Amino acid sequence: MTSLDTLPAKPGLRQWLLSEQPSSRRQARFGQSYRAWLAFRSNRLGMIGLGIVVVLVLVAIFAGFIAPYDPLTGGDLRTARLLPPSWDHLMGTDDLARDIFSRIVYGSRVTLVVVALVAAIATPVGLLVGTSAGYFGGWVDTVLMRVTDIFLAFPRLILALAFVAALGPGIENAIIAIAITSWPPYARLARAETLTIRNAEHIDAIRLQGASSLRIIWGHVVPLCLPSVIIRVTLDMAGIILTAAGLGFLGLGAQPPQPEWGAMIAAGRRFLIDFWWVATMPGIAIFIVSLGFNFLGDGLRDVLDPKAQK
Amino acid sequence: MTIQSEGRASALPGWLFKLGKLTATVAFTLFGLLLVTFLIGRVVPVDPVLSVVGDRASPSTYEKVYLELGLDRPLYEQFYLYAKKAVTGDFGESLLTKKPIISDLARAFPATLELATVGIIIGTLLGIPAGVWAAVRQGRLIDQLVRIFGLVGYSAPIFWLGLMGLLLFYAKWELVAGPGRIDISYEYSFTSTTGLMLLDTAMQGQWAAFRNVVSHIALPACLLGYLSMAYIARMTRSFMLNELAQEYVVTARVKGVAEWRIIWVHALRNAAVPLVTVIALSYANLLEGSVLTETVFAWPGLGQYLTNSLQNADMNAVLGGTLLIGIVFVGLNIFSDLLYTLLDPRVRTRL
Repeated sequence: MTSLDTLPAKPGLRQWLLSEQPSSRRQARFGQSYRAWLAFRSNRLGMIGLGIVVVLVLVAIFAGFIAPYDPLTGGDLRTARLLPPSWDHLMGTDDLARDIFSRIVYGSRVTLVVVALVAAIATPVGLLVGTSAGYFGGWVDTVLMRVTDIFLAFPRLILALAFVAALGPGIENAIIAIAITSWPPYARLARAETLTIRNAEHIDAIRLQGASSLRIIWGHVVPLCLPSVIIRVTLDMAGIILTAAGLGFLGLGAQPPQPEWGAMIAAGRRFLIDFWWVATMPGIAIFIVSLGFNFLGDGLRDVLDPKAQK
Repeated sequence: MTIQSEGRASALPGWLFKLGKLTATVAFTLFGLLLVTFLIGRVVPVDPVLSVVGDRASPSTYEKVYLELGLDRPLYEQFYLYAKKAVTGDFGESLLTKKPIISDLARAFPATLELATVGIIIGTLLGIPAGVWAAVRQGRLIDQLVRIFGLVGYSAPIFWLGLMGLLLFYAKWELVAGPGRIDISYEYSFTSTTGLMLLDTAMQGQWAAFRNVVSHIALPACLLGYLSMAYIARMTRSFMLNELAQEYVVTARVKGVAEWRIIWVHALRNAAVPLVTVIALSYANLLEGSVLTETVFAWPGLGQYLTNSLQNADMNAVLGGTLLIGIVFVGLNIFSDLLYTLLDPRVRTRL
């Protein structure tokens, strides 16, 4: 608790947040998050991760102001192709005379959209399947979990490859394919959580009041499963970025001329030995961003996972 | 525990029951794998008939092939035919190589197996000591270093690491050979018996070719090894932390057992049981990593076969490869489960 002394926040607010006897549910909840934040703040790697993710989001929002050149149309093809990094072109130019730095800046949008959409599709599906299986039990549980097991029986990238092959290459299909391969672990987790929740007394009380199963699951079981699933999703985000980049690298993700990082590496591969920067720079971008998500997820788990707390 | 107390005679049905349950699970999972690949094959926008006959075929040829492929029958019948063929190893013919897909897969599989095996050996040999060391020095510098090293391994795209490796170790410093499995000048200096070139060349005493194979496999195998090492080290650390907190460790210390013996013999032996599962799992994960690695290193294995077929819209080959990898994946998972049962006396006696 030494970190409290260095806190710049107003003492009144801090005391309200850290109060041992919260007078309202809102105060208790805010206090809880504040305590978690204090614990998280002392985790150095986690803070670095958070910083990287915040920068990524800012870069994606303000791409138009940050990027010095147009990401899609290049400069003079006779003079500006494959220029090495310099002050004019921080990361050099590619074979179509496009500024690599600008493309990377705009590429952050593609990356963020992929991560956000995959999380937005896979999390509800996983939650729904997992909580239904756990809540109803019996044959519903058996069927849903066997289906989940089948999806888990394929390595993720391979299954995503097969789906994209079937749906056709493109960023939308890549997102769908990654989402389809991402939900099973969330379903397992949500089921395990539900099994511990479903016999709780407050659930019995709601059931006796005549609430429908749907209402119980959606209104009372899902909110309790959400925190652990969200940590899991954050931990998976680096994996999602890498899978998307892998699909892009194989030419199955975003199609040219979209500035997707994986596809940019694939494009730079042909000139790897003579013009190293074309393939190197997007790789560094992918690496830093997924490292950021990994640090963030790791820090979150340290703070929020009760098993890790000793 | 109750079964055990009833004596040996009644232990057999329990064992049989477990076996039966396992068989049912395997059968169901394989059925699921077939169903998923079949359904993926059905949603494909490529007309399967056109990909066989080409788009300039006459309507009568089209009709004939349409019937031949069984596309006029109901979906469940099509699935039945697909499953029946797949069980006998018939995935059809590859559009790309014009050979049965199963023989293509059989040719590509040893290359992937060799790469993944060398990779997992490297990963295990480095990962376990790193994890043990990190656990012993918990919270110290070395622990942090192992953790960061592992997170870097999780975060870097493997295909990019491969390209950077080629750029530095092959093009700049010329320490290793370039893409491919072996130089063409050595390719016919030995006969392929196992398909694993390291074994073949060593058994036939072709040491020049052996060295060439080693210098080709070094870089991709080290990469895959790094990938699995990150995971193995992390799990070793957490298992070891668990063991080192046990009371038998205190007892051993009180008895005056040397610290290295406590760590490397007493604690590690107990941590080894769950570690076997972890190693088997990361071996399975290397199959996934191999797809991208093989593409970068022009390694003629399953991964490259899969991506080549993908780029040529050769759906049957893609599904055949996916199915094979899925089966190997399931097999490894079950194998690690069984191994766990065999190695852990507590689980064993419960049977």
